Amino acid sequence: MGTFIRGLETTATYDPTTEEFVLHTPTLSALKWWPGNLGKTVTHAVVLAQLYTRGKCYGLHPFIVQLRSLENHEPLPGITLGDIGPKLGYQSNDNGFLGFDHVRIPRRGMLMKHSQVSPDGSYTKPLQQKLAYGTMVFVRVNLVMLSSYYLSQAVTIAVRYSAVRRQTEQIPGGKEPQILDYRSQQLKLFPYLAAAYAFTFTGWSTRYRYMEVQMEMNDGNMEALPELHALSAGLKAFTSYVANEGIEVCRLSCGGHGYSQASGFPELYGLATPLVTYEGENTVMLLQTARYLMKCAATAKRGGGLPGFVLYLNQRQKGQCPARSESDLLDHGLLSDAFEHRARRTVMDAAQQIDSEVAKGNPQHVAWNNCHIYLLKAASAHCHFYVVQTFVKYINDTEMSDAVRDVLTSLCQFYALHGIWQNAGDFLQDGYMNGKQLDMVQSLVGKLLDKIRINAVALVDAFDFRDELLCSKLGKYDGNVYEAMYVHDSYYKYLRPMMQSSKAKL
Amino acid sequence: MSLKESSPIRVNPDLRKEREKASFNISELTYIIDRGEDKTNRRRYLVSLALNDPDFNETNMNFLSRDEQYSSVVRRSVHIVQKLRKMKLTDLKDQFIYKAAALRGHGSIFAIHDLMLIPMLQNFATDEQKKIFLSKALNYEITGTYLQTELGHGTFVRGLETTATYDPEHQEFVINSPTLTSTKWWPGMLGKSANFAVVMAQLYSKGKHCGLQSFLVPLRSFEDHRPLPGVTLGDIGPKFGAESNDNGFCRFDHVRIPRINMLSKYATISPSGIYSAPVSDKIIYGAMVLTRITLVAAAARVLSFGCTIAIRYSAVRRQTELTPGGEEPQIIYYQSQQLKLFPPLATAYAFLFAAHNIRDRCDQIQDDIIAGNMSSIQELHGLSSAMKGFSSLSATSWLETLRLSCGGHGYSHASGFPNLYTNATALVTVEGEYSVMMLQTARYLIKCISMATSGDKLPSLALYLTSPPPAKCSARSSTDFLNLDLLVDAYTHRAFRLVSVAGKTLQSKIVSGKPHHIAWNESHIELLKAAEVHSHYYVVKNYVNSVKQLTMSQPLKSVMISLCQLYALHGIQQSAGDFLQDGYMNGNQIAMATEQMLLLLDVIRPNAVALCDAFDVPDELLGSILGRYDGNVYENMYLWAKSSPLNKTEVHESYYQYLKPMLKGSKL
Repeated sequence: MGTFIRGLETTATYDPTTEEFVLHTPTLSALKWWPGNLGKTVTHAVVLAQLYTRGKCYGLHPFIVQLRSLENHEPLPGITLGDIGPKLGYQSNDNGFLGFDHVRIPRRGMLMKHSQVSPDGSYTKPLQQKLAYGTMVFVRVNLVMLSSYYLSQAVTIAVRYSAVRRQTEQIPGGKEPQILDYRSQQLKLFPYLAAAYAFTFTGWSTRYRYMEVQMEMNDGNMEALPELHALSAGLKAFTSYVANEGIEVCRLSCGGHGYSQASGFPELYGLATPLVTYEGENTVMLLQTARYLMKCAATAKRGGGLPGFVLYLNQRQKGQCPARSESDLLDHGLLSDAFEHRARRTVMDAAQQIDSEVAKGNPQHVAWNNCHIYLLKAASAHCHFYVVQTFVKYINDTEMSDAVRDVLTSLCQFYALHGIWQNAGDFLQDGYMNGKQLDMVQSLVGKLLDKIRINAVALVDAFDFRDELLCSKLGKYDGNVYEAMYVHDSYYKYLRPMMQSSKAKL
Repeated sequence: MSLKESSPIRVNPDLRKEREKASFNISELTYIIDRGEDKTNRRRYLVSLALNDPDFNETNMNFLSRDEQYSSVVRRSVHIVQKLRKMKLTDLKDQFIYKAAALRGHGSIFAIHDLMLIPMLQNFATDEQKKIFLSKALNYEITGTYLQTELGHGTFVRGLETTATYDPEHQEFVINSPTLTSTKWWPGMLGKSANFAVVMAQLYSKGKHCGLQSFLVPLRSFEDHRPLPGVTLGDIGPKFGAESNDNGFCRFDHVRIPRINMLSKYATISPSGIYSAPVSDKIIYGAMVLTRITLVAAAARVLSFGCTIAIRYSAVRRQTELTPGGEEPQIIYYQSQQLKLFPPLATAYAFLFAAHNIRDRCDQIQDDIIAGNMSSIQELHGLSSAMKGFSSLSATSWLETLRLSCGGHGYSHASGFPNLYTNATALVTVEGEYSVMMLQTARYLIKCISMATSGDKLPSLALYLTSPPPAKCSARSSTDFLNLDLLVDAYTHRAFRLVSVAGKTLQSKIVSGKPHHIAWNESHIELLKAAEVHSHYYVVKNYVNSVKQLTMSQPLKSVMISLCQLYALHGIQQSAGDFLQDGYMNGNQIAMATEQMLLLLDVIRPNAVALCDAFDVPDELLGSILGRYDGNVYENMYLWAKSSPLNKTEVHESYYQYLKPMLKGSKL
């Protein structure tokens, strides 16, 4: 069991005669699986289990349970514990499994700030059901930051290495150029360089918004929570997908050397790719966002007002993109409008598709399932618009020197134009843009590659990762790649076996 | 004998129902995949020979250290050589199947010896050289590898720095690694296994550079396996995957080898040092083409493994009740899940048929290849480069989608995905890096355009470039998009348009006075696109031809046609912009194509598990608990985890050293 937490099977049954809960894992599929540091390390855990008292199930509640003896660290009676085995990455983490065979814990083992079970077994439900969402939003906002962090590392390694590596003379006898000079290489790297910046600003902006909402919630105002909840779920998915894909593109852009652990990429990917599935699997996240957007679409159709960032759904659809020249297409407002248009159209389109499925006589859940493709597109487009808008807003609202503003402006233009180019169908399908405008978009993507090329290394240096944290021979700040790879290798060849054999002798 | 019938098994009921729903006979499809019932039987026989042999048993490799993994592969590789001899199994295809099963997908330490060194000796050695080296190689007295890439040089072979300087006085070559970047780096089985190598080096004689040549160089003592004087050897360290392979580095410090050790069937050097050039240096094309063809088949194969795992697991895993209190459906029920599973399934078959087609083309011109007849090799070279690039990138990116479709469990080695992916992703960069392959294809296409302009006859695969196809898609209704010819037309139009755009872009930059290499670089966006859409066109066209022409029963044919339609429509939906930009399709048509694609998901759904079963991958080779044939996923994951090395003790030794003092101390 994972994403669908209501389906979790571990039970906690209250026994009023001894004032204890009995924790039990009824089936194999109910074993707790994956929690970090569970297999060998922790002594206690907060366990989510279905609460039963007086013969009734009250759903999931948290219990604090001691797992291992504090004397000798052995698992306590009735508790089965272990490591779940080797994985793609995170080898140093003892992700574990856990099973309970009628394990008894005292009544105070249930975390009771919000719901309570009294000594006689009567249950009191929490006053405010939405409280749990706050923490989830906080976690997901942090995952947006983490996506940008991992992506920035990958781009740093690949851009620096591409400046050092030379390949293929262009004119007979000429010097082999830096591979960073090849457009094909720039086309792999710069979209993710731009995305790394875009997601950094998105992370900041979402965290700021979270803190605002948190303050409102402390005053008892929960109004903004649903919107932020939907946005953070979607952004978690949107940014982690891009980071996941981007790290692999960056790795492959380093040719064979990216495949070596010396590049740092294998470990980086191992750390980053679980972002796609943990803390809410990405498809589930996007569909959650879509569910909120469908509610908003219905409200908008009824003429009701919408809050904050979904306000755009209230606005009328504009017919066509007004760009007449390439310079028009560099305008931040125009670019942001294009993404707004796409988001609104795909959201309204998804709502329309669901209506027509329901009109065919399908039950709501069947209609919903039959429209996943449109719902996922709508949620992605919504997030993409937010990222573009945030990037634009950051540049407009932040104090910086003209030189920095100029570079970030190009990067922002590139991020947006590349996004249009990659998703051309979305902008063409309803005639918002025409083929000629798309030709101009493609031409600008090429021109901006040249512009970003000049500052590419400086843009990754600005992420300011120390070599010790980057852990990459290819991405070293000093660029002495080949020496470092050779030395690194001799470590594995000579030093490590020596260290291991001396350890074995001890 | 079917491998699955050999043991009585209790099959997960959901998976059993999936199989009962299938509308076609699975074996019929397996025979098509293997290209004949006799070939299926032969394959199954060879696989069971290897799987039933206790010498090839290995506990789960994922629980072993790198050192132990390497030892296990060495042990099994040696057993294979002995057993092949004993059984007199000499057919190369038979050997390939047997080895893969005996090693459960790991590479033999003799893989490069068998696949590169021996063919090179057979094709590029003189009779005299064959006498000295070939019989020893065939007897595994020498075991070799192939040294080309260097620490600082890969794709651009003319940039390699290792030198071979001829010394007429001693009639020897001096092999040398003059710089750090000239260190040979990456060759498989180099670090610890091989005692001999073909070394690519720049030949110098009489102070003159004579180009890149291949040399036969002993690396290790035949007595005690120690590196020979002047040779520095080692393993390059741990990697993303391929842990059991001792990919290595090698440096030469003025190592002397006799004159006879330069492969001299074509290029020769006289005792006094006079170099004579080969008739054509393009001779090596044949070997490259053959390697790339096997890589297209490999892309299809890894994808078939990935689909088998993810689709079976999606039939077993249940999640999220749809109506309150209702049963949680199998996750394969969800449209979003089907969108992750069925397009790659369709792609696996697309690449399989492409690999069959390229192989057939190759067999047809076999004699031309041996004779070095360039005109017919060139087309195949263009096709194999394009498809090597296109299929490897597509397959690896789908593999990750499939892994992630299994949620968190895909991340565990128990799923088999980490090994599958880390091995498959190497396909993108080995034997011609993706972008280099695509730009080569583009170069070929640009040449075709100019041939068309000057009225020359184009090779069959580029024939569509001769004249513009119709400007508008003729589909009027959603069902029109099921018409296979209409789908081919759409891809033809897209390829024609975007190859032409690339040609015009390049031309206009040249006309504006830019040097060719700058114009070329500035046109990369358009050129890469041209190569991609050309490859895509070929895959769709060949898929359509295959399902139309293959002899099969009606139920199977109808399933295969649906898969082919799905492949083509998914591509249109994903790349809608390409079809909309010039007005070939309108927005309404794209909406209809998408609608039809979604309907096809429902059509494929009942046959999804059967379409994977037809790949006929035994559990031992699949190496995945999530993808087990019997679907008993959870109990086996638990058993697997319990045998994980960390679970040998209840309390880990680090507890006593670190945790305990801290936990006890905090009590004070």
